[in-house]
Amino acid sequence: MQAMLLFAQPSGRTGAAANLAAWTAYMDAMRTAGVMRGGQRLAAPDAATTLRLKDGVRHVQDGPYADSPEQLGGFVVIEVPDMAAAVEWAARCPGAIDGAVEIRPLLPPPA
Amino acid sequence: MSAAQAAEQAAEQAARGAYGRLVALLAARTGDVAAAEDALSDAFQSALRHWPGTGVPDRPEAWLLTVARRRLGHARRHRGVADGARVALEWLATPDSPVELPDRRLQLMLVCAHSAIAAEARAPLMLQTVLGLDAARIASCYLASPAAMAQRLVRAKARIRTAGIPFELPGPEALPTRLSSVLEGIYGAYGTGWADVSGADAAVRGLAEEAIWLARVVVALSPEPEARGLLAMMLHAEARRPARRSGDGAYVPLSQQDTALWSRPLMAEAEALLREAARAGTLGRFQLEAAIQSFHISARLTGQRADGALLALYDALADIAPTAGVLVARAAALAEAGHPAAARTALDALGPELAQHQPWWATRARVMALLGDASGAREAARRAAALTEDPAVRAFLLAGLFQPA
Repeated sequence: MQAMLLFAQPSGRTGAAANLAAWTAYMDAMRTAGVMRGGQRLAAPDAATTLRLKDGVRHVQDGPYADSPEQLGGFVVIEVPDMAAAVEWAARCPGAIDGAVEIRPLLPPPA
Repeated sequence: MSAAQAAEQAAEQAARGAYGRLVALLAARTGDVAAAEDALSDAFQSALRHWPGTGVPDRPEAWLLTVARRRLGHARRHRGVADGARVALEWLATPDSPVELPDRRLQLMLVCAHSAIAAEARAPLMLQTVLGLDAARIASCYLASPAAMAQRLVRAKARIRTAGIPFELPGPEALPTRLSSVLEGIYGAYGTGWADVSGADAAVRGLAEEAIWLARVVVALSPEPEARGLLAMMLHAEARRPARRSGDGAYVPLSQQDTALWSRPLMAEAEALLREAARAGTLGRFQLEAAIQSFHISARLTGQRADGALLALYDALADIAPTAGVLVARAAALAEAGHPAAARTALDALGPELAQHQPWWATRARVMALLGDASGAREAARRAAALTEDPAVRAFLLAGLFQPA
């Protein structure tokens, strides 16, 4: 199965150097294990712009669409045998201690 | 304290102390664990309704058992079980307060660890039926979602019923074999491998106390030396728990732990169990692991290394149980005994299958450092750091603290 790991982090936190090393090692481990299918880090939520169309009018606001104490900081797509294996990888995420990792199975493309 | 509070407290105390005993007694009659748990839960609710008015009965457990038995007979009649009425009458005729309730928890654990039950469900099943832990609590320790764990438990209980697994003690010749899967389950619940020689010691997660409790039940109810070995091993590990993290939560390897923080009573109890097991004269995996713990500890306490004896124990253990954890720990022991090159050869031989095995990489980091290969050590430590869930171990590895002083 393929799943997306969404890394939610407490907003406004700064990545210490040791933490960066842990994240890099984590990403490398998924790559070396051959499970990684892709992924990106995201810029801080205050760099986001959110758009909604209401009655043909563009409503543009600064910031992310959801005002939540945890914000999406990045994501990867992994290919693993089952959900249990996906949970194993999520548990190794350095951000799982002070943030959260959401594991979302990908749907197959529509036929 | 109000009558309601007293009743609640008495019910809670009875639940903690007697849950497994009552489930075992109820399920032994019908072979239906889920129905026994439901009936018991009804009985607890009934206690909370009645005890505030009537006062807490002299023997709360016997009271709960009687009520649960009635519920169970009632439920079976409703389900149209052919012999339901007979069973119900039989239970109603059972004296309400037997002098002492028989302890059938060992039978219950043997049922939970039966070969007809999926291996990954056995320990969760024991934790639930013997200790009364709920599925959400068990799930959090097994990296499963509460719903998935609840489903696994429901399936396993249905299997006990449909497969008609008997609540019996096997004869003395079959008992050790049947018990070994009970012990495996308890060991699994205690946590993953214990390899703090290699610096790869993951934090023992939430179920350590519960696993020790289960092992104590087995030791109390059976003469099996391996049960004593298992309990001794867990107690030794538990004795060192306060020393395994520094004040600020950093990982402390065995070689640097403050031995004053080790629990003397737990260590003494472990040693006594190990001696008791040894008198039976049958060696086993858990006794060997406990003996290895014992040697590591006395080496730290006396300053006398016992590398030869330790390696001999690891060799014996690798013969009986050549698991990845054991073979990696043996390589670590080789390295610490002054044979890092042999340790590297041993690790390389295990290599390809263990690409995602955290202790393999952590041990490799230490071995490469002992061989003077700093960059190889750093790379292995980075891999090990990426494969751990424990932030303290991750920080330890990334900071290069596994290097020889």
